[in-house]
Amino acid sequence: MNGSSWFNVKKARKAVFSKTTYRGIAAVIIFVACWELSARLHLPVVGEIPAPSSVLAAMRKIIVSPDFWASWVISFKRVFAGFIVAQIVGIPLGLLMGTNRVFRDLTFPVLEIMRPIPPLAWVPTAVIFWPTAEMSITFVTFLGAFFTVVLNIIGGAKSIDVRYIRAAHSLGSRRRDIFFRIVLPATLPSMFVGMSVGMGITWEVVVAAEMIASRSGLGFLTWQAYVAGNYPVIVIGMISIGIAGFLSSSLLRFIGSRFTPWLKTM
Amino acid sequence: MSDARTTGGDTRPEACSLPPASVKPAFGKISIRNVTKVYDPDGANVKALDDCSLEIAAGEFCVVVGPSGCGKTTLLNAIAGFHSITSGEIHLDDELLCSAKKMAEPGSDRIVVFQNGALFPWSTVLDNVISGPVVQGKMKPREAKTVARDLLCQFGLSDIAHNYPGQISSGMRRRVEIARAMMNDPKVLLLDEPFRAMDALTKSVIHKYLLDIFDLSRKTIFFITHDLEEAIFLGDTVVVSTTRPGRIKKVIKVDIPRPRDFRVLSSDRYRELKMEVIGAVHEEALKAFEAGEREMA
Repeated sequence: MNGSSWFNVKKARKAVFSKTTYRGIAAVIIFVACWELSARLHLPVVGEIPAPSSVLAAMRKIIVSPDFWASWVISFKRVFAGFIVAQIVGIPLGLLMGTNRVFRDLTFPVLEIMRPIPPLAWVPTAVIFWPTAEMSITFVTFLGAFFTVVLNIIGGAKSIDVRYIRAAHSLGSRRRDIFFRIVLPATLPSMFVGMSVGMGITWEVVVAAEMIASRSGLGFLTWQAYVAGNYPVIVIGMISIGIAGFLSSSLLRFIGSRFTPWLKTM
Repeated sequence: MSDARTTGGDTRPEACSLPPASVKPAFGKISIRNVTKVYDPDGANVKALDDCSLEIAAGEFCVVVGPSGCGKTTLLNAIAGFHSITSGEIHLDDELLCSAKKMAEPGSDRIVVFQNGALFPWSTVLDNVISGPVVQGKMKPREAKTVARDLLCQFGLSDIAHNYPGQISSGMRRRVEIARAMMNDPKVLLLDEPFRAMDALTKSVIHKYLLDIFDLSRKTIFFITHDLEEAIFLGDTVVVSTTRPGRIKKVIKVDIPRPRDFRVLSSDRYRELKMEVIGAVHEEALKAFEAGEREMA
């Protein structure tokens, strides 16, 4: 393993056809079977949820609808717009706060006061503050990922083992080298953990924001189905959000593993 | 050295053995003059070193032993440029390295090999080895890689050049770390208990490895250890430090000829030296133990 190959077909095949994958598929099948059984037996609470068979029937119809896929695209666009802006702002800010004590002392209190405010509590302010609903939603999704990534980077930068810094100094590194050769790679694992958690929060936030302040996206699709009493579509909306979140997290995990190949060796 | 190579567990391939020339040392003389170091975190006022003086000749393998907390690492860190000193002076090749007013700048003329290793886990072995000359601007990465590959070949580490440190054994990691240090052609190697957590077998192999490097390069080595056998086997001088505050209690010259191999360990002279070192260290260890008991009471 040398980290030089970006994509290894043999390893990818091994990962896809692994016991973990088979177990995962088995778990999904068992879950769906239990769900179907519960619905047919009209068990309390769970029995009220539309059965997988009726969801599947509704799925056959909705899957050919361009509006359904447009909802996917819109939600994805919102999530990624907010998420990417959060990384563009959050990564340099986190690195600066993690490496410069004066800057951290000056900015951390403000960050800590803002952080506990749930992103959804920002929705009314965002609607007033931003000129379009689209920008409001992007801003709220941005907040969902921003604090997580900043905090993780600060934590990662602060926990760098002093031995690496000293070894780098001993080898003749200057401040710039220390940053690019030590701080940045040492912080990458925490950065990707922050991104991964942030991505999950972003999906939670975007769906809720779409229900409140939008007339498009997977959140709106789910809400509209509720208003119309179309319960199987509610479930389709929920499953879609779950799959979209899973795909986003998988993409991040893949990118993260490419950027931090040494973690597999530790 | 050739005898030792076949008996000391060396893994270097014949095709790329080290050059036979031995270099007469011209650099790396360390003069430690009346060095005192007081740590004062929150007014604790802990004296780690007290009026320490020691002369280490260029090309000397100096091993420092002593009880835990006697200031060995503090002294090494002062030479490396990681710590300041409270009074006294340290000179390298008759140039002032640090004093009470001036803290030494860390630099590639004094490379440190740390107690728990400090290879960068995110860089491959090859990238670790080239990091010094590249950041110093002495070599372009491509040129440095060519030189590093030769060096790794000489050190029997060619096969792991593209591995990450997490993929190789602790013994290999230490060898790579020493190779990384040697890539910078330092005046002094500062080794802070580098083989501490190693099993006896790995240790014996890596001892031989370090001795081979020393015999060929004649770099000044400042080596800290708790292992008295290791100290005598490797060193030209064994410096016994007192319990805290650290002072130089005794400097024992190890007059066992080089090149050395494991057979030295069964020689009469080795046993005599070992008794001498044990005698000096044991006294200090008792004092340290009693001081610890008092602190605990």
